[in-house]
Amino acid sequence: MGYTLVYTQVLEFLPYLIKGAWISLQIAILAFFGGMFFGLILATVRTFGNNISNKIVICYVTFFTNTPQLVQIYFLFFALPEFGILLSPYIAVLLGMTLNAAAYLCEIQRAGFLSIRQNELDAAKTLNFSLFQQVKYVILPHIMRVLFPPLSNHYIIMTLGTSMAAIFGVEELTGRAFNINSETFRSVEIFSITALIYIVITFIATFLLAIIGRYFFKAKIRIIQ
Amino acid sequence: MERLIEEIPNFFTIWNVIFLAKAMGVTFLLTAIGCLVGFSVGGLLAIFRKTKSIYLLPLRIFIVIYTEIFRRVPFLVSLLLFFYVFQIIKISDDLFLIATITVCIIATAYIGEIIRSGIESINQTQWDAATAMNFTYYQTLREVIFPQAWKVILPPAFGFFIMFIKDTALASQIGVMELTFAAKILNNKGFSPLLSFGTILILYFILSFPLDRFGKYMERKLASNKN
Amino acid sequence: MPQIKIKSINAFYEKLHVLKNIELNVSKGEIVSLIGPSGSGKSSLLKMLVGLLIPKSGKIYLNENLVNFKNQSDLRTIREQIAIVFQQYNLFQNMNVLKNVCIAPTKIQKRDPKEVNEQALNLLEKVGLKDKLKSYPDELSGGQQQRVAIARALCLNPQILLLDEITSALDPELVKEVLDSIRLLASEGMTMLIVSHEMNFVKEVSSRVVFMDEGSIIEINNPRNIFEKPKEKRTLDFVSKILKEK
Ligand SMILES: Nc1ncnc2c1ncn2[C@@H]1O[C@H](COP(=O)(O)OP(=O)(O)OP(=O)(O)O)[C@@H](O)[C@H]1O
Ligand SMILES: [Mg+2]
Repeated sequence: MGYTLVYTQVLEFLPYLIKGAWISLQIAILAFFGGMFFGLILATVRTFGNNISNKIVICYVTFFTNTPQLVQIYFLFFALPEFGILLSPYIAVLLGMTLNAAAYLCEIQRAGFLSIRQNELDAAKTLNFSLFQQVKYVILPHIMRVLFPPLSNHYIIMTLGTSMAAIFGVEELTGRAFNINSETFRSVEIFSITALIYIVITFIATFLLAIIGRYFFKAKIRIIQ
Repeated sequence: MERLIEEIPNFFTIWNVIFLAKAMGVTFLLTAIGCLVGFSVGGLLAIFRKTKSIYLLPLRIFIVIYTEIFRRVPFLVSLLLFFYVFQIIKISDDLFLIATITVCIIATAYIGEIIRSGIESINQTQWDAATAMNFTYYQTLREVIFPQAWKVILPPAFGFFIMFIKDTALASQIGVMELTFAAKILNNKGFSPLLSFGTILILYFILSFPLDRFGKYMERKLASNKN
Repeated sequence: MPQIKIKSINAFYEKLHVLKNIELNVSKGEIVSLIGPSGSGKSSLLKMLVGLLIPKSGKIYLNENLVNFKNQSDLRTIREQIAIVFQQYNLFQNMNVLKNVCIAPTKIQKRDPKEVNEQALNLLEKVGLKDKLKSYPDELSGGQQQRVAIARALCLNPQILLLDEITSALDPELVKEVLDSIRLLASEGMTMLIVSHEMNFVKEVSSRVVFMDEGSIIEINNPRNIFEKPKEKRTLDFVSKILKEK
């Protein structure tokens, strides 16, 4: 064993890494809400659209959920320039993640729509709720309670997915770990610290989501599984 | 566009086709080994996680920490960490082996969770009845719980297999010759990125889609069988 | 000498104090009925007797032997002697009727499968389920499931039988049949603890009736007195309520 772990040198880079984590967070949040929005459109089309539009959405979802996000981004980054579309690494990653998230979030949101039970609506109708009241008191609370746990779960998966951005040179958390690695060669120390930061930020996210879920949507999320 | 069409015959030479087929084999093998190991070891973790004996408490704590950690670190970071750890301890510098071990460790954490929540989905009444008739913990699992829980475990497990086919793309980052790395090599050789990456997108799809369909089919079938 | 002796038992579900200072003796061959409002702890008392709810303090003697709830082999012993029919029947969903009845005698008690099979068929015939041997629990009605659960418990050849809400899912004719078989079992020396609200049933079979409320035993009396002139006011309130519901 010629190697001893030395963390002192790497710890100097901690603020630098944490700023990187901030960028990871940005990418995750932007891609998540972009994916939510686009996924909602897809889910709406899928629920209310005609045969052809349905098929298109199904193809989209099937394609994006059955191929790696990494290769999708490679494709955007390297193949689109052939058509004269040049994307910066940051935009390519963000776009790739958003398109990918849209496919998953479409499925999740659709499952939420489908889970509204007719008898709950009937109950609301017999109580003489107006359409607005039905949406406000019955449909939305129900959808949020059903959707919140899988959405939170997917958000955590996306946070981890942002590390792919490093491969394209984006200086988020993993990207910055790459940078320090090529400067100091303290690889094990760097990547273990990086791993730890990911653990911390996903724990914080789960914790906040659990609180939001519990107090606003009566949805139960366990912090430790 | 014409350039692309001209390039196609040059791209699909016998050499390139064999090269891609081999890479596809590596992707498949990585996933298959990971899932097999993940299922067996993850199953064991789930079983021990639910034990009650005070002597097994350290083991239970270890299992919780293990599953929480590896489900909260990006695959890429775990992969690089193991890659460098292996360089230090010098057990092996076989890249495929390193990637396989990483995949197995992560798969174990995820599948262990899937199996555990499958076990927990079974009603307490089933445990009570078995306990009251003197079944041991392992007898209860074998005779009562798993025969019911597999229906809950299987659909998310399929989703997970698919996720892993895709995640092994990251093994390209440490130089494992799987599909994504193969595409990068072809791209570097001067083939159009549209062709190189487009082709492997299709190949990934071919690996993943049948599993996806089968998983969804099972899910529907099991759901409709329920009552 | 009592076969079961329960001495100042206290038990909790986390913070909820479900069994408060329970004192009860049951002799061999006796049939004791438990009555009381919903949530009073009747099921919990039965569960405690098969070690599914571990008491925090107090003592239980089974055939004069002190039961140590922390000792696995003691738990095994009480479960060999006491069989329970759960309020929710708790049939194994992955097994058909016959398998539900046979599994524990063959796999756990390691008895001869042929002999077990014969006994199981016999019992299932007695409870009128001979044509349902291959059905799964979710294909049966509540009353049918309950009868399978009774057959399953009896096939274990216990000395003591605990029956939770035995009559609630049965139709009147069946109540009479079950009542007959319970009397028969009692005459063979089987000890029974029965939770039931069926007043006629309780009156006819039991030697004593225990009234529970909020986790405590309020009154133990003979079946006539408990319905006609109970000692406690809470008992009176409860019995007059169930009499009114009739
Ligand atoms: N597994 C459990 N965990 C926590 N609390 C429980 C559990 N089982 C029962 N309880 C609570 O213990 C109390 C007693 O329940 P128990 O089932 O013994 O009542 P019961 O007298 O059988 O009522 P019923 O007539 O409705 O069957 C109730 O307040 C119930 O909510
Ligand atoms: Mg009860």
